[in-house]
Amino acid sequence: METFAPLLYLVSSVLFILALRGLSHPESSRQGLNFGISGMAIAIITTLMTPAIASFGLIIAGIVIGGVIGAVTAVKIKMTALPQLVAAFHSLVGLAAVCVAVAAFHNPQAYGIGTPGDIHLSSLIEMSLGVAIGAVTFTGSIIAWGKLQGVISGKPLTFTGQHMFNACLGIALVALVLLICMTESTTLFWGIIVISLILGVTLIIPIGGADMPVIVSMLNSYSGWAAAGIGFTLQNPLLIITGALVGASGAILSYIMCKGMNRSFLSVILGGFGGEQSTAVAATMGDKAAKIGSAEDAAFIMKNAARVIIVPGYGMAVAQAQHVLREMADVLKSHGVDVRYAIHPVAGRMPGHMNVLLAEANVPYDEVFELEDINRDFAQADVAYVIGANDITNPAAKNDSSSPIYGMPVLDVEKAKTVLFVKRSMGSGYAGIDNPLFFGDNTLMLLGDAKKMTEDIVKAIEA
Amino acid sequence: MQDTQSTLANEANNISAIAQQLSEQANRLAQDVTSYNFASGGGHENFVMMGLTIFVLACFVGYYVVWRVTPALHSPLMAITNAISSVIIVGALIAAGPADMTFSKVMGFIAVVLASINIFGGFVVTRRMLAMFKKKG
Repeated sequence: METFAPLLYLVSSVLFILALRGLSHPESSRQGLNFGISGMAIAIITTLMTPAIASFGLIIAGIVIGGVIGAVTAVKIKMTALPQLVAAFHSLVGLAAVCVAVAAFHNPQAYGIGTPGDIHLSSLIEMSLGVAIGAVTFTGSIIAWGKLQGVISGKPLTFTGQHMFNACLGIALVALVLLICMTESTTLFWGIIVISLILGVTLIIPIGGADMPVIVSMLNSYSGWAAAGIGFTLQNPLLIITGALVGASGAILSYIMCKGMNRSFLSVILGGFGGEQSTAVAATMGDKAAKIGSAEDAAFIMKNAARVIIVPGYGMAVAQAQHVLREMADVLKSHGVDVRYAIHPVAGRMPGHMNVLLAEANVPYDEVFELEDINRDFAQADVAYVIGANDITNPAAKNDSSSPIYGMPVLDVEKAKTVLFVKRSMGSGYAGIDNPLFFGDNTLMLLGDAKKMTEDIVKAIEA
Repeated sequence: MQDTQSTLANEANNISAIAQQLSEQANRLAQDVTSYNFASGGGHENFVMMGLTIFVLACFVGYYVVWRVTPALHSPLMAITNAISSVIIVGALIAAGPADMTFSKVMGFIAVVLASINIFGGFVVTRRMLAMFKKKG
């Protein structure tokens, strides 16, 4: 077994890479998932067969308890609550990393990295890093979960001297790691954990609003780095490879999300965006009145259109309007209308959120297009049906250099002959910015709940 | 008589000296072997460089593989990476493995439960998501 274990770990590393590779297309994705599951099974069985495992009772109990909780939650969760679920899962990876590091610190012989009080220096550094990243991931993800679930205010919470406070915590953390390398004190090890737990809270709490997708992907990345850190401690290449894959994946997603908002990663981390209301746009729009339409108006316009592009946003998820939206698309298609969907990279609260919701409503994935693939087609479209989205359609991002979202890539919905804008009220979007689109000559505002309004439109088309 | 006794004693001394040499040699050989076999502990300083090499190369693999993931599947990507990052269950199992009950074993058990939630939850929710992505018609 001693010689076979590294070989089998290598096999599962390769299977994990193939799992991610499978996600390059929906057709190959299901096979990719099977690769991932096989890789995990091989990793667990290989470990269980090493001589380090002497008793199985507690381990089997742990896997059964965890497996049942995980599987039941995953089966029951609503697709709209997906971002919260992912955030909650990230927090568990963080906590598990902390537990493993603590176990290794108290019983280093089991991992062959020294004896208690005499752990190899490099192992100590790696262990401290792993435990710190794990702890930050744990509390940070809990805060992110709270914000997404609505338990904590989604608005960014800032206090004076916040950056100073975080910087002090960071310095204290580095000092503790240095001290622990010299003294190997158990108290200091717990000190690292406590400081990292606090840092996780204070890092994430000032970030809110539209920056949430970046945070979810960033914590995804952290959970990977934590696993890699533990992999160094345990001298296990499988953990290092997997951790690096996950870390890279989360980092790329964060980058894509930042680019989708034209914001630098640093400014997202520093937080506080989307808290204050900008009044500049509202003032210039004061004398212009928005045109308010009814479901019947919208039905008439869309029935007589040749091409309709639907632009969904987070509001669609909140209103659970994806099913009735697909129904509307079906009715329109039966009238000979060409219907497509346009997805902005940061629509929703996590990367790819809208795609999953539309897929849930049985919208075929080849009718759903990304921003760069469909943006040119708005000029030829008769109707842009904006449902639950706001900032991602805001033309101010293109032509108003004073706008906080200036430079962010947006969907060119105003180029369509008619813009139908479904919205609960005339308020501003999640980023707290006014949208001049509401007052455009070709815009018809449909005020009401996204689901109710779309239902009324379906009825009106069928009538 | 005394002669044979002294020669015997001498010979015994010689043999013990040779045995000591042999055991030292065996020890050295064993050390060499373990320093090459990084998974079995020992030779930790060597592993740091080896680990770093693996880590950096894996980052590159991850970078190129993840950029090829279609944006439509970014949510399943997050769910599946979440599941596979729970491979730290390997470390948890080793901690929970020993026969006698210690603080480390309890920590290992907790980590096994947490990682299992993630593994099963992550894979199940990914399967649910991927099953929904269908083609036209």
